[in-house]
Amino acid sequence: MKQQITVTVNGVQYTSEVEPRLLLVHYLRDVLNLTGTHVGCDTSQCGACTVIMNGSAVKSCTVLAVQADGAEITTIEGLAKDGQLHPLQEGFWEMHGLQCGFCTPGMIMTAYDLLQKNPNPTEEEIRHGLEGNLCRCTGYQNIVRSIQYAADKMRGAAAAAGGE
Amino acid sequence: MYPAAFEYYRATSVPEVVQLLQQHPDGKILAGGHSLLPMMKLRLAEPAALIDIGRVPDLNGIQDAGDSIVVGATTTYWNLLQSDVIRQSLPLITEAANVVGDIQVRNRGTLGGAMAHADPAADMPAVALALDASMKVVGPNGERTIPASEFFVDMFTTALSPDEVLTQIIFPKPQGTSGQAYEKFAHPASGYAVVGVAAFVTLDGGKVQTVRVGITGAGTVAKRASAVEQALAGQEPTEQAIESAAAHAAEGLELNGDIFASEEYRAHLARVFTQRALSRAVAAARG
Repeated sequence: MKQQITVTVNGVQYTSEVEPRLLLVHYLRDVLNLTGTHVGCDTSQCGACTVIMNGSAVKSCTVLAVQADGAEITTIEGLAKDGQLHPLQEGFWEMHGLQCGFCTPGMIMTAYDLLQKNPNPTEEEIRHGLEGNLCRCTGYQNIVRSIQYAADKMRGAAAAAGGE
Repeated sequence: MYPAAFEYYRATSVPEVVQLLQQHPDGKILAGGHSLLPMMKLRLAEPAALIDIGRVPDLNGIQDAGDSIVVGATTTYWNLLQSDVIRQSLPLITEAANVVGDIQVRNRGTLGGAMAHADPAADMPAVALALDASMKVVGPNGERTIPASEFFVDMFTTALSPDEVLTQIIFPKPQGTSGQAYEKFAHPASGYAVVGVAAFVTLDGGKVQTVRVGITGAGTVAKRASAVEQALAGQEPTEQAIESAAAHAAEGLELNGDIFASEEYRAHLARVFTQRALSRAVAAARG
């Protein structure tokens, strides 16, 4: 039997009737047409489907859409504001943090959670934080640099805001 | 990949969970879903109904109850990692929770789920054994408390009845001079424990008063290493004494063997990681 859910995704509220077995990732991609969130392994390992749900990074292939009822979700589409890339997106651009780009949305959303919890991570902490995200191209070096770039920029912005 | 179809119920109270379990004998409880949903997607599990306990208010949270710390079943690893009272009294939990899965798994996965699922390679069963935790469960005939040492029965099998729900995990607060440590050899791909050893010791007058060692990953079910504990209790915990006690680590385990790690290798890892965990626990106790 279908269930009604209401979910806020990137600030927009949606109400839908869904089958209980519908995974959040398929809800985002196939129902809301937000295809920036990728399906990689589908076995909860690769992290390509990572989104922010109620402030925390989750693998949306391992959450039922019905479990997300009432939740606030941010996907990669929701990061840029007013045509300005988020510092993480800018970091991946500037530091060449991607090659094929398939893992990138998940990498960025996990890094978003990581930097929220720890605005000034060491390289080791970044690598530990990315354990749930797999990249088959880059060897991770530039992904780590991209996140360091974003962390620096976000701390700078926070300091500037604090000084005003 | 989709799971097979199921009916979904979102419970709002513990009595409702028990009632739903009785109405749906083929149902399963859904907490964080980070063990159950992957199994359902692979069709290794096809429950007819899911009873979601994720929003039952009394089941989430960490309470300091004086001589014990009570953790609600749906408390996530991330909740545990954020808790000061856990970090101060039961740093073994903090240490182990930090090496469970990855950020995303720790954000969703729950302590109660790990206990009730009883994956032979999960970290937390070893921790519960070493800390002498007990499980509060509620069923149609009321509640009962099961010590961790009797809770983990076999691979994916616990002492829970099908119509019971695990509600709380109760950890006694350590008394006196104590130390705790978790040592894990993680599978490089899955992150699960090939072998994980949780150690707890108390010292009195330079000698080991209490020692509890929980081993996961090596065998079919997480177990106390009784032979190790007997060998070390009452001894002065010198490097030598720890090493000879740890030599008993694989005794009494029904060892797992697979393409990654043979039974013999797991037995070896159990001994080495028991020695490391005990050495660190003793060092922590000495301060």
